[in-house]
Order: sequence, then C-alpha cells, then structure tokens
Amino acid sequence: MTEHNVYMDNSATTRMLPEVKTEMDKYLCDLYGNPGSFHSIGLVIKEALKDARQRTATLLNARPNEIIFTGGGTESINMAIKGLAYKYEGKKKHIITTTMEHHAVLETCEYLETKGFEVTYLKVDHHGMVDPQAVKEAIREDTFLVSIMYANNEVGTVQPIAEIGAICKEKGVKFHTDACQASGYLSLDTTALNVDLFTLNGSKVYGPKGVGLLYVKTGTVLEPLIHGGGQENNRRSGTENIPGIMAFAKALEIAQAHKAEEVPRLSALRDKFIKGVLNTIPKTILNGHPTERLPNNVNVSFLDIEGEAILLYLDAQGVYASSGSACTSKTLDPSHVILAMGVPYEFAHGSIRFSLGNETTEADVDYVLSILPKIIENLRAISPFNLDMKDIEAKHPHIMQQAGGALQ
Amino acid sequence: MSELTVLNTPETTTQGDGVSHDGKSWFYTDVVKEHFFSPQNIFKTNDEAVAYEKTADGIGLVGSPACGDGMKMFIKIDKETEKVSDIKWQTYGCGTAIASTSAYSVMLTENGGKTIDEALAVKPKDIADYLGGIPARKFHCSVLADKAFNEAINDYFRKTGQEQRIKVGSAKVIDKILKITDHDIEHAVLEGAHTFEAVQKKTKVGVHDKECIPVVNKLIEQYKEKYFGED
Repeated sequence: MTEHNVYMDNSATTRMLPEVKTEMDKYLCDLYGNPGSFHSIGLVIKEALKDARQRTATLLNARPNEIIFTGGGTESINMAIKGLAYKYEGKKKHIITTTMEHHAVLETCEYLETKGFEVTYLKVDHHGMVDPQAVKEAIREDTFLVSIMYANNEVGTVQPIAEIGAICKEKGVKFHTDACQASGYLSLDTTALNVDLFTLNGSKVYGPKGVGLLYVKTGTVLEPLIHGGGQENNRRSGTENIPGIMAFAKALEIAQAHKAEEVPRLSALRDKFIKGVLNTIPKTILNGHPTERLPNNVNVSFLDIEGEAILLYLDAQGVYASSGSACTSKTLDPSHVILAMGVPYEFAHGSIRFSLGNETTEADVDYVLSILPKIIENLRAISPFNLDMKDIEAKHPHIMQQAGGALQ
Repeated sequence: MSELTVLNTPETTTQGDGVSHDGKSWFYTDVVKEHFFSPQNIFKTNDEAVAYEKTADGIGLVGSPACGDGMKMFIKIDKETEKVSDIKWQTYGCGTAIASTSAYSVMLTENGGKTIDEALAVKPKDIADYLGGIPARKFHCSVLADKAFNEAINDYFRKTGQEQRIKVGSAKVIDKILKITDHDIEHAVLEGAHTFEAVQKKTKVGVHDKECIPVVNKLIEQYKEKYFGED
C-alpha cells in the first residue's frame, strides 16, 4: 500500500485537534454532570456551559442568549427554516433561497412546499455567485425568510452576505445563512453580516461531529422543533451535549485565532494547486469563483472521464478527495451545485473537489500534482470520447470564457 | 505509456474497505477491484485503438459524455464457429463500469469464446454474479457493456448481410404528453429510482399524463424484478 496519506476532504469533515479532544475528554468521565441538576456536580457543568456559550457569543459578536446549541448543521438549518415557517404559518408563506444550497436547505424548502409554503430558488452565475439585486427583486409582501449560504461546500464560492443581509433588513425579511464551511476562514461577526439566523457546526472546524449551533438574533422568534425539558431557553429540549459543546466552543476559538495565518497559507497552496492542474492537464476547467472562494477549496473538472474512477485511483495512491460525479451520489445525478452554475454536463461528471485543511502541506500539493496527470491520462486512454474544448467553448462561450480565464 | 496496470494497486483488498465521499463503503469485491486496477482487453495506446477499429468485425457505441455514461465495444467474430474471438472496449464511466466491462470481455472470450447466441444470453445479472456482487445503486453501470455488445453484434450482422438477425429493442411511448418511453422508465429504475415518486423525479413521467400512472407503476415493478429480483 502507498505510504502517502493525503486527506483532502476537509469540507466533508475534519480531524479533531488534540487540544479539542482534551477538552472533550474532560467532560466525558470527570465532569459528567447534567447542567440542569441542582447539586454541585451539575452546577459545575452549568457554569462550564455558560462559559462556553459566552465565549462562542463573543466570537460571533452576539449575546449569549442568542446562541442555541444543536445536534449539528443540518439540525440548525431545519430549526431556522422550519422554526420560522411554523411561526409565520397562516400569515406569510414565501421563502427565497438559491439553487446551489446544501441539501439540508433545499430538502427542507421542498418539504415546506408540500405544506403550502412557496419557495423561490434564485439562480447563481457561472461562478456560483448570487446577485444581491436579484434577492431584492424576489422579495414579496409575503416573504418572511431569505436563506443563502455563506460559502458553498462544493465549489467554495463566497457570497456577499453582508450586502444581502442589508437588503433583507431594509425589507423587513429575516435572513439565515449556512456558515458551516466559513467557520475557519471568514468573519463570523453576525452584526456586521446583518444576519438574523446563522448556522455553524463542529465537524468542519476540527471539532466534534454531531454538534452545531444556531445564532438567533434577539427579536427573531422560532417555533421549537424539539419539545421536552425546556433546555436552551425552551428552544431546543434535550440534555445538552456537554462534551460536544465544550469541544465545539474550543475548536471555534482555535480556528478563529489561527485565521490570520491560515487564510493566506491555504490561499497560496490553493492557488498553486489550481494553477498546477490547469497548466499540466489539458481539457480541464476550474469550477467556482477565481478569487471569491474559500482558501481551502479546489474544484476542477476533467473532460472525457468520470469522477468516481479518478477518486478510486487517487484513493489507491493515498489521496482522499470527493467528486460531484453522478456515480458517487445516491441519486446518480451529477452535483446540483455544478449544474446550478451552468457548467456543461460533460464537465459536471468529471468534477473533483480537493478541500485542504490545517494538515495540508506544500509537499502534499506537490505530490497530488505529481500523480494526477498520469491518472487522467490513463483514464482518457480508455475513454471512447475525445471531446474538443473548442466545440464546448463555442457551445457555452460565457461559461468557458470565465472558466478558462480563472487564475491564468 | 497508457497502461492502467502500472498504477499502484492496494495489497490488501478486503471487501468493503473503500469509502465514498458520503461515508458509505463502496463494498467493491476483490474481483471488482482486480478488474478495476488491471482492466483486461483494453488498448495500450491510441494508435492501437485506431488500427484495431479498422479490423474489427463489429463496433458498438452507447451513451454520451453528457449523460455520464459511455461505452464503445469492438468485437472480432470467427465466421466459421460464430464464436467471439476477441473484444476490446473503451469506457467513460465509473469504477463499476470499468470493472464490469473488463469482466464481461473476459466472460465472452475465455475458454475459446462464446458463440454469438451464447454471448447474447449473458445478462447484466450474470456479470454482477461473476464479479461477486456489485452495489445495487451501481447496477446500471454494468448494463452498459451488455448494451454496447448488442450494438456491436448488430453492426456485425449489418456488415455481413445478416440484417434479419438484427435485434432492435423498440421503445413504446408510455406518457403520451411528454413522450416518455418504457426505455426511459427502465433507465430510471436502473439508476436507482425504485418508487413511482423517484421515477417521476427523474423522468417527469405522469406529471401531465395522469392516465399512464398505473402502467408506470407496473413497469417499475417489472424492471425491479428483472434487474434486482425484488418483489
């Protein structure tokens, strides 16, 4: 087996940091109490939770009572969208989102459509950008929520959240953003971002899985989805996941503290990676935005071949990435994100995402760049197709111009 | 050099040790992996492909890059015995497509080769069995080889003046408004849509033509039975 172990799937999940694990361990066997208990064992935990909530709120420029800890990003998103929808039921019924959101948003919206709500799915441009003006124009009298992700999980495009938030504020519509992918790299200042609802999770910031948070701005009221003992100020019942919450708070703090050096470091590796791929492998395009993208996201498409086969060969050589190919999805449809940007199907099936992380080194990038051309060449050798870039450029001039011009 | 076999292959290939991006095991068997990492009956160079194409007795191509599947098959037939003497193939496809086509090409040519009739009787289910099983949702990938081979045989019949032997599966329109055929429904079932809702999501069948819904439901059950042996 290969001696290489290059994990480039940090947008799927991250490896927990040792100091985060130490923090988590403390609350498993030693400090095991229930913060709802009256006795000393519980009170210690109540204080710890209060402290974690305060520290988290500080990172988000928010008040402690605006933070609800949840069971992860998907739960936070469900809580934000359904919780608000149930509150507005019978009064307002329109939601605005985009075609390239995470499934947690799209599926929740589709579910609400079956219950009588109406949803506008805004189109994005070829770089995956939402036009704030289009958001403004889509807002109706009966619109109660706009939900647009901060940074896309597949292609890394970063949206003008503060600008969209300002429009929502002006129109009196609540604004939710799914910031799961942004937590280690972008500003989490909820006030400056003009958001009412803000989703984060632990698994993307070198923290634990199964824990997340929803920031709910004072004045925004949600119908709770989980009823029970009234924890989290009656907004999310169930005994708090203390080890998870303590570790999550720690992980967020570390990620934000390292942001200043990690962002330029990863951006440089990302750009080297993208340039290396585009320069050494013919008939390849970059998916997403050339500059407004997450520092850790590389997403490229190779013509004439299918993504899953590329992943399997990478895996055999110790490189772990992911694909928007139809064959790796449960529905066998290519990535809805890649298609939402108008990328031709011929490219959608051959897309590969490499998401870098805190352990990624320049040597890792060099290694991938050294093995990738051969894998692509070999798979192209057994492909019955040999499409001409010029034909595709002629068929999709705008997309190809933008894609081809990326970082060159 | 464009030999796939030069790539590193894992020494340990226990069943299900590959993990996909959504965290689910691929559950590829050792045989699948063997064929994926060392595919049989492929061209070593592009020149070889060009030269072979001129001498092949039949060529079949199915799929397109846009639909995410593609398979081209080149066959040589012994005119005397009607046995498949050689197969070469190219695919635009995933690991399962590569492995199943490699296996299929071996199945048809090993031990002196199958006759045309024997070869046509090999079903996708047989390829899956030969490979020791493939994930249900990847089943449609193994159908490609079979389809491309059928095309290649029809091409051979055409070239040898045996038009009467050509078998063309004619599609029947089911949804009269959107002109959706039984082949479209078959394709959707193979791609993993096993309920009416799932098939409708893929094909839009029955959105306007409500009358066809009972027929669609019946077809879904038929294809599920045919390919997956489900009730």
